[in-house]
Amino acid sequence: MKQAEYEITNTVEKILTDNKVDLFIGYEKGTLPLRTSPCFLSKGDDTSRLVWNSFCSNNLAVYLPRIMSTTNENKKRKRVGIICKGCDSRSLVGLIKENQIKRDDLFIIGLSCTGIVDSKKVLSQLNGNEIIDVSEDTESITVKLKDTEKTFDKNKYLYESCRNCAYSTPKVYDVLIRTAKFSPQVVIPDTSVVKFMNKTREERWKIFEMEVGRCIRCYACRNACPNCYCKECFAEQTQPRWLCVTNDLPDLLFYHTVRIFHQAGRCVDCGACVRACPMDIDLRIFTRMLVDEVKGRFDYDPGLSIEEPQPLATFKIDDKQEFMTEPEVNNVKGYKK
Amino acid sequence: MKSSDYQTMETSGNKTLRSSVNQTAFEPKIVAFLCNWCSYAGADLAGVSRFQYPPNIRVIRVPCSGRINPLYIIKALYSGVDGVLVSGCHPGDCHYISGNYFARRKFALLKRFLEYLGIEPERVQFSWVSAAEGARFAQIIQKVTNDIKRIGPFTYFKKRINTKEGV
Repeated sequence: MKQAEYEITNTVEKILTDNKVDLFIGYEKGTLPLRTSPCFLSKGDDTSRLVWNSFCSNNLAVYLPRIMSTTNENKKRKRVGIICKGCDSRSLVGLIKENQIKRDDLFIIGLSCTGIVDSKKVLSQLNGNEIIDVSEDTESITVKLKDTEKTFDKNKYLYESCRNCAYSTPKVYDVLIRTAKFSPQVVIPDTSVVKFMNKTREERWKIFEMEVGRCIRCYACRNACPNCYCKECFAEQTQPRWLCVTNDLPDLLFYHTVRIFHQAGRCVDCGACVRACPMDIDLRIFTRMLVDEVKGRFDYDPGLSIEEPQPLATFKIDDKQEFMTEPEVNNVKGYKK
Repeated sequence: MKSSDYQTMETSGNKTLRSSVNQTAFEPKIVAFLCNWCSYAGADLAGVSRFQYPPNIRVIRVPCSGRINPLYIIKALYSGVDGVLVSGCHPGDCHYISGNYFARRKFALLKRFLEYLGIEPERVQFSWVSAAEGARFAQIIQKVTNDIKRIGPFTYFKKRINTKEGV
């Protein structure tokens, strides 16, 4: 970890002083323990602020469309450097494909990620005790409390999305930094979608209603998602007004159904929406279904190559169409064959 | 209500029509998005040929099935319809060459997704109807109407507004 941090700092120092980038986005120490915040550095700023540890959860790609807008002609071209985990780099590739950012203006520092630790899970084990200090090595995290020390096995406290991650190392990068003693990750296949599908239809709807019914419409899931870069979201449009701005169940169901469906073929399953949600809504079980469906139906994994077109922006003549309605019987009055 | 009930009701003409308005028989509202070049013309042909089909559909004409944003379908359900039918040109016959191929991919995902969430698969249906298939159009409307009568009114998304009569 320390070695990786050192390499990051050196690289960033170099690209900033060489004027290779105008801005660098990385992580710095958070104001709370077990957290990090995004950190924006320009030339002359102190690069030793940058950190890399198991709590660098934010998907930094979310800032890029706002900073690097390609649609505004008057804006000065901005070259940006960024730290990327596997999932972040897949988001980046998606944004490049959708012409939101330009690959040439990017300097990507790829990090082979070993999974991000869910600080909420760790905190729940501490019984509200104040954290004095946190240290970590490759396998575990040690949290120093007032009078005791607690050690946590990293693998047991990972985010759910990290547990099932199959692409922990970025595919697109300028510099790749491997974390110390990197060992290939064991990918646990995600069975949650299959389990959910095995429930009855009514049960499934009840779960969806229960999850989404807690929503307070803060739009954090949308704002944390790199794919949600629309200048005007359908949820806030007034002409036409698609849905009311209330917390009524139908509005919540509408908002989430459409927001999740907008991720079809684009979601990289980074888990940013789930982490951002203040009500702990398990959005992943629904986005994950679309990931699996796109994989099964169109054999497409988002964010792996810049050249491959997105599944909904292309087609095959012989796509499956088993879902189309065919008339059953010839029961039309007035029709003679 | 079974489909056979519906047919007997239809044959006995005005008398039953009046009673069905007064009575509790469920008459679904179905929105049909029809592509201008094939399905809309197909519907026209069904009318000109005097094929009978249930009067439950409300037609919205769109330039192409590829023009239909899945948002429209969900918005229709939210606005109080009981079912949605989307119909376009057969694959290979699109007026805009490839619009329905793109639409097919979108619809495949939408249909599976709504089913996954727990909405009946019959609620939202997709079909291909060409301009020459008046009879097929009538058959599909018959099928969709029967399906939706069988599964009953849609209440999941429906925005409920309190009125004097209650909810």
